[in-house]
Amino acid sequence: MSEIILELDGIKKRFDETDVLKGIRLSIEKGEFITFLGASGCGKTTTLRIIAGLEQPDAGRVRLNGQDVTDLEPNKRNVNTVFQNYALFPHMDVYSNVAYGLKIKKVDKREIARRVEEMLELVQLSGYEKRMPSELSGGQRQRVAIARAVINNPQVLLLDEPLGALDLQLRRQMQVELKRIQKSLGITFIYITHDQEEALNMSDRIVVMREGKFEQIGTPNQVYYHPRTSYVARFVGTANIITGCLKEMKDNLARITVGDKGEAFALATHRQASLLKPGQEVHIAVRGESMTLLREPGRGLRLSVTEKSFAGGMLRISLDGGELGELVSSRQGIDSPFGPGDLVTVFWEPEHGVFVDLEEEDEKTQ
Amino acid sequence: MKRRSRTMDRAKASCWTKRAREGRWWMTVIPLYGFTILFVALPILYLIVLSFLTRAQTWGVVNQLTLENYARIVKPVYLNTFKESFQLAILTTITTLAVGYPFGYFMARLPKKRKTMMMLLVVIPFWTSALMRMYGWIIIFRSNGILDKLLMWLGVTEKPLKLLYSYPAVLVGMIYSLLPFMILSVYSSTDKMDWSLVEAARDLGATRLEAFLTVTVKMTLPGILSGIVLVFIPSMGLFFIADILGGGKVMLVGNLIQNQLQSGRDWPFAAALSVMLMIFTSIMIWLYRRLSGVKDLEGLL
Repeated sequence: MSEIILELDGIKKRFDETDVLKGIRLSIEKGEFITFLGASGCGKTTTLRIIAGLEQPDAGRVRLNGQDVTDLEPNKRNVNTVFQNYALFPHMDVYSNVAYGLKIKKVDKREIARRVEEMLELVQLSGYEKRMPSELSGGQRQRVAIARAVINNPQVLLLDEPLGALDLQLRRQMQVELKRIQKSLGITFIYITHDQEEALNMSDRIVVMREGKFEQIGTPNQVYYHPRTSYVARFVGTANIITGCLKEMKDNLARITVGDKGEAFALATHRQASLLKPGQEVHIAVRGESMTLLREPGRGLRLSVTEKSFAGGMLRISLDGGELGELVSSRQGIDSPFGPGDLVTVFWEPEHGVFVDLEEEDEKTQ
Repeated sequence: MKRRSRTMDRAKASCWTKRAREGRWWMTVIPLYGFTILFVALPILYLIVLSFLTRAQTWGVVNQLTLENYARIVKPVYLNTFKESFQLAILTTITTLAVGYPFGYFMARLPKKRKTMMMLLVVIPFWTSALMRMYGWIIIFRSNGILDKLLMWLGVTEKPLKLLYSYPAVLVGMIYSLLPFMILSVYSSTDKMDWSLVEAARDLGATRLEAFLTVTVKMTLPGILSGIVLVFIPSMGLFFIADILGGGKVMLVGNLIQNQLQSGRDWPFAAALSVMLMIFTSIMIWLYRRLSGVKDLEGLL
């Protein structure tokens, strides 16, 4: 049985006439690596600052380990933060930065020395004690910031886009590193990012945020393969959204008429199947990599190719979807027999078509 | 001057070959060196030479080298002037720091619009003559003046206090004229501060006071130090405040120099006093550089 370490209960926050948080609710388990994923301005940093106590919510409670900490000052909460710009004290060397929390708590000097050494070893910075923050690289500053936070043995560690300022290679390396640190300490990590790759890579659970609300909460698998809304589908792994009219539903297998483009297929869950009625407008999400392109007419959507491009090891083929907008199919490799202007049939296995934006379902699970 | 030449050396080293081929790089620095030599180095040299000469019976100096002028400074009466100036400068500096730090700090934390407004209010007095503003204080301090009337009306005192032409009046005048320098110094370093550092300290368990002492004070130290230098050094030399509000009762180094130069007509002694004052303030600037770790003096501007 896992226990709940942090509870957000109906948190609301307004800044200058804007609702930044619209009553969010979440329970986080001990030892979890949970990621708040969202575009900038969705309220994820505000959520973090409210948990840290650097911001007061207008409504709602924050409970840490069962205790209501909403009105506690940040120094009274057993929560530590790794700030976006690291916020290392520029006038202190690495040792004093890491030791800061313990010095404030008046821990015995020898004990501080032992713990600092231990922490620097954990973040692989042994021997850097005397360096000033200005003498460190971005990745090293990052590690100091982590050591400075975790030395206090927090119940929850908050990380605000900690890898945002690093280059891609270092970011990948630090992702592995962070996960290792989290596993070895067993501390609950609340991680903020707008990078879906980071979120999918490290998290036990992902919270997709949009305009001060939680759009979906789930494991990386759930969020990636079963996005609940078209926003999540687009934001996590850039899926195509196809809108059409539900023609029939047989054994959860749906046939959807998409204007004059042809037919699309999707597999509904039992719940979704019970909500859907033939004749209604539906939206499905299909990932580019599950699409197959054929020259011959057949079951599927008949679309014309507009563009081919190669990026990140994938060949992207853009298709003119008419009212659907641009659809993008992607596949491994660097070339395909299709070129701009070609008419192709696009189809996918029904289980790769996922129903999104079902209003009724939204309300039930909220 | 020294800093400039060091920058020059670096420029020389990096572009040496190219510069040498052109052979005219030094022409670009002629105005710079010309200006410093003409308006800084020569006057100081003149002052130093003057301080070793002997005064003429009636007017001017005679070319007779002597150490007499410096020997005179050590006389108790003059040493005492230095001591009093130093005390007043310290008192002025401490008071402006105590008042100016919170002022500058909170000014930097105001919303942008009110910040500009406050800045304007601090700077506006500079637009009128400092002398005029000192006469304003006379109206306030003089016997049966505004302050006396107010105190008597409030029932704090029964008869007019003799506030004008006293040590406290000079102190108030000094603080009044030098406070803006402290405020603006503290303001500029507080304004530049990264507040996430304070949040980080709070997050790591520091109370508001602990965060202020361990982070804010350290981060605003350059402002504090430059404020101290900007207040302390002028307060050693300002003579018209002691003249106007002290009425000749308060004698500071600045007044002494002015007296020796004008009424005493003892140029060499005035020069020796000036050299001493210069040495003294140079020590202060050296201390500032040592303490703040600032290699150039840009922080003072």
